[in-house]
Order: sequence, then C-alpha cells, then structure tokens
Amino acid sequence: MSSENPNNWPLWEIFIQSKRGLDHKHVGSLHAADADMAIENARDVYTRRQEGNSIWVVKSEHIHASRPEDAESFYDPADDKVYRHPTFYTMPEGAKYI
Amino acid sequence: MIDPNPMEQSALFTYTLRLADDILILSQRLGEWCGHGPVLEEDIALTNRALDHLGEARNLLTYAGQVEGKGRSEDDLAYLRMERQYTNVKLVEQPNGDYAHTMVRSFLFDAYHLPLMQALTKSNDAQLAAIAGKSVKEATYHLRASSEWIIRFGDGTEESHQRAQAALDNLWTYTGELFETDAVLEEMTKAGISPGIAAIKESWSKTVDQVLAEATLKRPTDAFMMTGGRKGLHSEHMGFILAEMQHVTRAYPGVSW
Repeated sequence: MSSENPNNWPLWEIFIQSKRGLDHKHVGSLHAADADMAIENARDVYTRRQEGNSIWVVKSEHIHASRPEDAESFYDPADDKVYRHPTFYTMPEGAKYI
Repeated sequence: MIDPNPMEQSALFTYTLRLADDILILSQRLGEWCGHGPVLEEDIALTNRALDHLGEARNLLTYAGQVEGKGRSEDDLAYLRMERQYTNVKLVEQPNGDYAHTMVRSFLFDAYHLPLMQALTKSNDAQLAAIAGKSVKEATYHLRASSEWIIRFGDGTEESHQRAQAALDNLWTYTGELFETDAVLEEMTKAGISPGIAAIKESWSKTVDQVLAEATLKRPTDAFMMTGGRKGLHSEHMGFILAEMQHVTRAYPGVSW
C-alpha cells in the first residue's frame, strides 16, 4: 500500500447476511469516505466468495460498547439465578415445537 | 454452432477476438495496481475488477479458438500471439497514470461495455449471447463503481477535479475507436451477431453526459480520434504490456502448476 493512506476516511463496521431470513453478522471493518463507498468496498472485501446477499454498514463511532471493567457487576450476578432459565416450567403434554 | 460459410466464420473469429482482446488487455493493465492501490479496499476492488475482465476474456478466447477450428486454446491466443495480432482498442492499453486516470479509462470503457453486453445477449450467436449474459451482471457493477469514482473526483476537491478532467481530456481521443465500423462489423451486424454499433454509441454518450454532468466535468469536444487498434496497429505501450504478460509462457513453454 502506498503511504498516502487517507487517515481521514472514517472506519465502518460491516455486517453481512449470508442467507435470507438469517441475521446480519459482524464480519469486520474497513475504511470508506461515506456509506455508499463503504457498501461497495464491503461488497468487494467481504462477499467475494458468495458469503452474502445483504450488507449493512455502520460507522464505527456509532457503536457504543460496554466496558470490560464493568464485567463483574454486569454479568456475575446472573451466575446463581438459574430460575431465570425456562427449564423450571413444566410443559403441557403434547406441546410441540418448543 | 460454427457457421459453414468460411467468410462469416473468419469474421466471427475476428469479432470474438476483438471482444476478448479489449478486456484481456484492460485486465492486464488493472492488474498492475495489485499491491499498489491507494487504499487496501480499493486494491481489492480493482483486482476483483481485473479478474472479472479476465474471466470474460477466457470464455471469449476459448470460443474464438473453437470458431477458428485450428486447435488453438485460450492460452495460445492470450499468450502466443504477436503484437500486431492483437485487436484491442488503444484505450485499454493506455498507462494507468494516477487513480483518476485509471478510473476515467475504465469508466469510458464500462459505459460502452455494459450496453454492448446487454445487446449481445440477444445475438444470433448462441455462445456469444451466453457469454454476454454472464458478463452483464459484472459489467453493471463495474459501471456503477467507476461512475461513482468519476463523480467523487469531479465533484470532490479542486485537485481531484483537475486530475479527473486532465485524464478525460487525455483519453477522449481514444474513444472514437470503440464505435468504428469496418467490413467485419458490418458482416456481423448483418448476420444479427453483433448489435448495431450506433445504438451502443448513443447509450454510451448518454451515460457519459449524465455522469460528467453530476461530476461537474466538461465533456471534451470530438477532435482527432485515434485509430488502428482493431487492425493490430497499437500505441508504443502495447509491446511492454505483452512483454510482461507473455514472458513466463514464452520462457517456459507449456509450463503448468
């Protein structure tokens, strides 16, 4: 790559739907000047081997993440609350597709 | 499939070869950007584009070899002809220059290639129609992507505008060749194998006007138009392209891996 890589192009997160009906999965990120270019670049970078039939692009700056240091207070309290799992319900006889 | 009339058969061979050579040489030129793209994403996009062209060229060269009936393969035709036996237009052999130059060159070609492929799907020649059918989707994307770049450059910064306009002014003289007619094309058109070139030119001109207007670029006036490529008379760049393209095949005849 040449050294003039434009650092002023924002970063975009790319989500690809592999099949109609499935969810869009995060596949990676790339640089582009705007959304149109991000979609075209995503087409060339992430769908070359028939990986997808739909593309979503989101500017990376619009993604807000939880902080690693919050992990204990966020997730650990769920450890001893097994009653939150639906396994405690008794299913009526003959109920299908559950 | 192969027409028993020998005159038409040789015209069909020449015509198919012209279609193939345009994209074979353009593919080789675009391939030069591999690893040198201005950004990673464009590097990949341009290589994809080069490979699309190469794939189409392979189909056409294979068919040309069958039409000729002398047992020449796609590789023989791609790598073992002399410069004067290549029938591509001079536009596609012009150097890459800067990225605006590369994109303007592709845009001018794509705007011709898409309507040509669309019309060829209705060709009386079933094999050419089938190859064109496969190419239309790729050609649609190529034109979309190169148009976007022309608009971005033209309607971008002062420098990008100036570079795009310079590329356009430089390459315009090579666009006349795309629409030249001669005995081969007339025969192919009469046989319903090639579409009428006038309609392709009209479509090309409309696309060019539309995109240039949006890009705030000025369409150069038609002046002297380069010619000769279809007869095998090329610009000084062609020999260097072939030297690079053919040297492995010629240094190691019959090599495979």
